[in-house]
Amino acid sequence: MKASTQDILPAPKRSALARFRDSDLYASFRRSKLAMGAFAVTLLFFLLAVAAPWISPQNPYDPAQLELMNSSLPPLWYADGVSPFALGTDDQGRDVLSAVFYGLRLSLVVGLLGVVVSGFLGILLGLVAGYFGGVIDTLIMRVADVQLTFPAILIALVVDGVAKAALGSQMDANAAIGLIVLSIGLSFWVQYARTVRSSVLVEKNKDYVQAGRLIGLSSPVIMVRHVLPNVLGPVFVIATINLALAIITEATLSFLGTGLPDSMPSLGTLIRTGNRFLFSGEWWIVAFPGLALAGLVLAINLLGDWLRDALNPRLQ
Amino acid sequence: MIAFVLQRLLQSIAVLFAVGLIAFSMFRFAGDPVNQIVGVDTPYAERVAIRKDLGLDDPVAVQFLRYAGNVVRGEFGTSYQFRQPVSALLAERMPATLELALCATIFALTVGILMGVYCALRRETWLAKVFLAISLVGISLPTFLIGILLIFLFSVTLGWLPSFGRGDTVRLGWWTTGFLTASGLRALILPSVTLGLFQMTLIMRLVRAEMLEVLRTDYIRFARARGLTTRSIHLGHALKNTLVPVITIAGLQLGSVIAFSIITETVFQWPGMGLLFVQAVQNVDIPIMAAYLLLVAAIFVVINLVVDVLYTIVDPRLRLSTGRSA
Repeated sequence: MKASTQDILPAPKRSALARFRDSDLYASFRRSKLAMGAFAVTLLFFLLAVAAPWISPQNPYDPAQLELMNSSLPPLWYADGVSPFALGTDDQGRDVLSAVFYGLRLSLVVGLLGVVVSGFLGILLGLVAGYFGGVIDTLIMRVADVQLTFPAILIALVVDGVAKAALGSQMDANAAIGLIVLSIGLSFWVQYARTVRSSVLVEKNKDYVQAGRLIGLSSPVIMVRHVLPNVLGPVFVIATINLALAIITEATLSFLGTGLPDSMPSLGTLIRTGNRFLFSGEWWIVAFPGLALAGLVLAINLLGDWLRDALNPRLQ
Repeated sequence: MIAFVLQRLLQSIAVLFAVGLIAFSMFRFAGDPVNQIVGVDTPYAERVAIRKDLGLDDPVAVQFLRYAGNVVRGEFGTSYQFRQPVSALLAERMPATLELALCATIFALTVGILMGVYCALRRETWLAKVFLAISLVGISLPTFLIGILLIFLFSVTLGWLPSFGRGDTVRLGWWTTGFLTASGLRALILPSVTLGLFQMTLIMRLVRAEMLEVLRTDYIRFARARGLTTRSIHLGHALKNTLVPVITIAGLQLGSVIAFSIITETVFQWPGMGLLFVQAVQNVDIPIMAAYLLLVAAIFVVINLVVDVLYTIVDPRLRLSTGRSA
């Protein structure tokens, strides 16, 4: 039995790309110009974020590279713009373009980690609630109900505030990232849990689950190996849309001054610090981080919208 | 019916109890309250006395009950930063937030419904497509970015509207209002649009979808066959039936409007409860955080309860089915 599975496995692996090309999803993707555009923009932002250390003219986290001589320079297309500061500099001489690249990197890392944490938590709780039912189900779903009465941003703020109080104000940037990921994870798990639970309730009465029980598989094995793959479709849609939400939440927390510190600015922190210069005419300090954030979120949202429609069997 | 209302009431109380427990435990997680009150050089004996005074030596259950009792009487403790009772601080800031939320909701409802109806009736026009595109941007953009954009446009570039604060306010008893002065009204415009934009796009999309659905039904076709004017069919028959879900959503969203005012109030330095809360989070002022959390929970729970009860009154089918199951 084992040997034969290993013989069979490599074959579908080799053709995974080919299978994807034949899938309805890919066909729908090729039909939608909007989806292709959104995907291209999202990909571009990801690439910029990954390549930030190599393509940025300056390391914005390194105070040694900042020179006050270069402070508050306008973008290059102005007469007094200075190369290599293509999008100008802020009041400390930090290159706006480099700060945006590094900020993108942070925003995406926090967003992705937030989605992973909330997804893991939500899927786990949803699986357990749906599969076992009874008291556990009631308990988990009541907690979810209570949490749904609050907007996510409020929960994230409270988690952040309480953790800061408990840990004291001496926190380094990495702890701040961990904290913000945790508060995003704790704010967004409900939607996954509800979706997974309702799918599991349908799936668990199907024959394959009964068959699994009959041949003596344990509950965790049935849940993770057999039920989970069948409920993942909607989870991907939620994850895509939640990535945009998580990025917005991080940016909002940083904007409110409870997120990432000024020494390690994400897009939200850049917008908060740049906001001060709006009235003194140095619009580029806030405009470009804002533009990057808006473009990133819009592209991911469009992609999520398309994915939801494409995976919805009723619309096909 | 009464059984249903009672059941919902019990659930609401349970939710408030849970939130109260969370609010209470925040005090315990967030370090020693005595340290927040005394200075560095306070002698140990005095600290112990303060500890005893605050009742921190009592069992946790007793402390929680005392906290709950205080909360029910409207006493939320004393703010660490302002050294004033939290209830007084909240009462002082509440009018600003409620006026802002009211204006934002009115803006969202009127503009959202108008744009939604237009998009449904003139689906193919370019203006409808522009509205839809705007709504997508409105849903995608973070609130604070929209606020900054509006400030840049209308305050910095054009200089038409103020970028922060409430303008001149008039005191009516304990309530301060910005509705009665020109500068107060001008100061309301940008924050209201910022806060209401998300709700507006939501309502617009909802009205559009509902209208398109209703226009396909038989009774609209019948109304056309009766030779009624298009205007009376669209506005008298179709719109009326789309409004029930719209008002439900708007009602349910009222709570999030108040919560989202945290962001709007920070952008515009609007002296409301949200700004107070953000400052509390930044300065780890737990009494204010806990009180705000409880207040928002109470508002949410009351709104949900009212909407649920109204629903059973408006829709007889719901009343029957719950009556049978209860």
